[in-house]
Amino acid sequence: MDLILPDFGLLVWTGIVFCLLFFLLVKFAWKPILSAVNTREQKIAEALDLAEKTKAEMQALKAENDQILKAARAERDQILKEAKEAANSMVEEAKGKAKDEAAKLVEAARHNINSEKAAAMAELKNHIASLSLEIAEKVVRQELSADEKQKALASQLAGEIKMN
Amino acid sequence: MQQAGKFSSLLQILFLAMSFLVYQPLANASKEEAFNVGEMIMHHIKDAHEWHVAGEGKESISLYLPVILHDNGFKCFSSKHFYHGKESQVPSSDSTAYHYLEGVGPAKGYALYHEKIYKLDQIGTANGQPVYNLKFHGEHPHNAMPTDLSITKNVASLIFGSLLILIIMLSVARFYKRNGAVAPKGLAKFFEPIIVMVRDDIAKANIDQHKYHKYVPYLLTIFFFIWINNMLGLIPILPGGANLTGNITITLFLAVCTLLVTVLSGNKNYWGHIFWMPGIPVPMKIFMIPIELIGILTKPFALMIRLFANITAGHIIVLALISIIFINKNIAWAGLSVPMALFISVLEILVAFLQGFLFAMLSALFIGAAVEEAHH
Repeated sequence: MDLILPDFGLLVWTGIVFCLLFFLLVKFAWKPILSAVNTREQKIAEALDLAEKTKAEMQALKAENDQILKAARAERDQILKEAKEAANSMVEEAKGKAKDEAAKLVEAARHNINSEKAAAMAELKNHIASLSLEIAEKVVRQELSADEKQKALASQLAGEIKMN
Repeated sequence: MQQAGKFSSLLQILFLAMSFLVYQPLANASKEEAFNVGEMIMHHIKDAHEWHVAGEGKESISLYLPVILHDNGFKCFSSKHFYHGKESQVPSSDSTAYHYLEGVGPAKGYALYHEKIYKLDQIGTANGQPVYNLKFHGEHPHNAMPTDLSITKNVASLIFGSLLILIIMLSVARFYKRNGAVAPKGLAKFFEPIIVMVRDDIAKANIDQHKYHKYVPYLLTIFFFIWINNMLGLIPILPGGANLTGNITITLFLAVCTLLVTVLSGNKNYWGHIFWMPGIPVPMKIFMIPIELIGILTKPFALMIRLFANITAGHIIVLALISIIFINKNIAWAGLSVPMALFISVLEILVAFLQGFLFAMLSALFIGAAVEEAHH
């Protein structure tokens, strides 16, 4: 029966010892331990927060860098394109000019040739005329007596000869 | 590997303790009465004025604890004066006799019967020496009892356990004082998660977010008090072995502490629910008052009984299993009883933690209910 009956002496001692233990623990153990643990938890939370923030910042920075890089790339492409176009146009222009020049040269050459040809022809005609005249003279000297008549006849004849 | 080593050394200790127990009773069994399991177990789980290690009677190895009596002033002497005193007996109604120990020297005039101290009545003198008598009325002595404030086995165990907790926690606190708020090492590394568990899973989980801080020290103290003393109770030999947390006085005290904390923290909402339960008809409100008032007491009462019964039961089971050897008077039975006792002992390590956790958890739950704000 006394197993389930509280004992006065033990109760008194329990009260004394437990209360002493409680106050000593609260003052010298729980307070410093809990405050240290709380401080550390706060520190960790802050560090995690900071890490998160830094990460976000890094991401923003990276995005910005990407933007800049993209812009730079676009600009480079633009410049390259423009350069290519300029080169092309220059080449085209040069080609055009060269063609024109060549055409002019050819034209001039043709013109020259024609004029030379005409001159040559005229000379040839003259030469032929004189040759013909000579021939005719020789022929006509033998056949004709009058020089004037014979010359007119020869000119008429030479004019009739069509240069083909 | 290291754990296996610890385990085998635990086994060795158990066997050693066993061999102590085995030799004495077996040797005495023939000349004494039959081994009484119930009496032995009761003797072990109850309080005593000595801290018994081994042996029987006057040849036993024992730590004799101081007896402090208040009987017309304080008297203080060693309990040796009882245990090594005069063995007396009074014939009982049914042919057996009540054996008690009569004190000698400073303990003269007092008797120890079933670990309770009685004041003896002087019935005469013989050879100039006073002759005392213990009067029985039924099963219990009729004599007056002085106020017994002795350092009993439980008190000694209580002081030892409390010192142990204090030393552990102060050295944990010293670690933080020295190193600041850094990652814990050593003892602090082991205890910090448990302290944080009490704070978060017991206090924070059951008590209002803004109010739980105030109760964490109390919950930590009762948790570690119960846990460490439960563990000490599992050690079969001196500084341990006392059935402290399985003593109704201790559990009563702890339950009263929780009751006081709960009642003193109770807010308007809490008392409102007790004396004028909202949301029910008026006759029911009146009917609920006594029920709620009883409810205030039944909660800590359940705490008291739960801890007492669990720890006492654990001690009884281990002792009963060891007793198999002595009942059969053959050491071969150790092959059965030791593994079973070991199994229960290991289970009791879990129970030691669990009961401390439960006591603190339920205390937090009751406190949480007392400080809860009305939410409609």
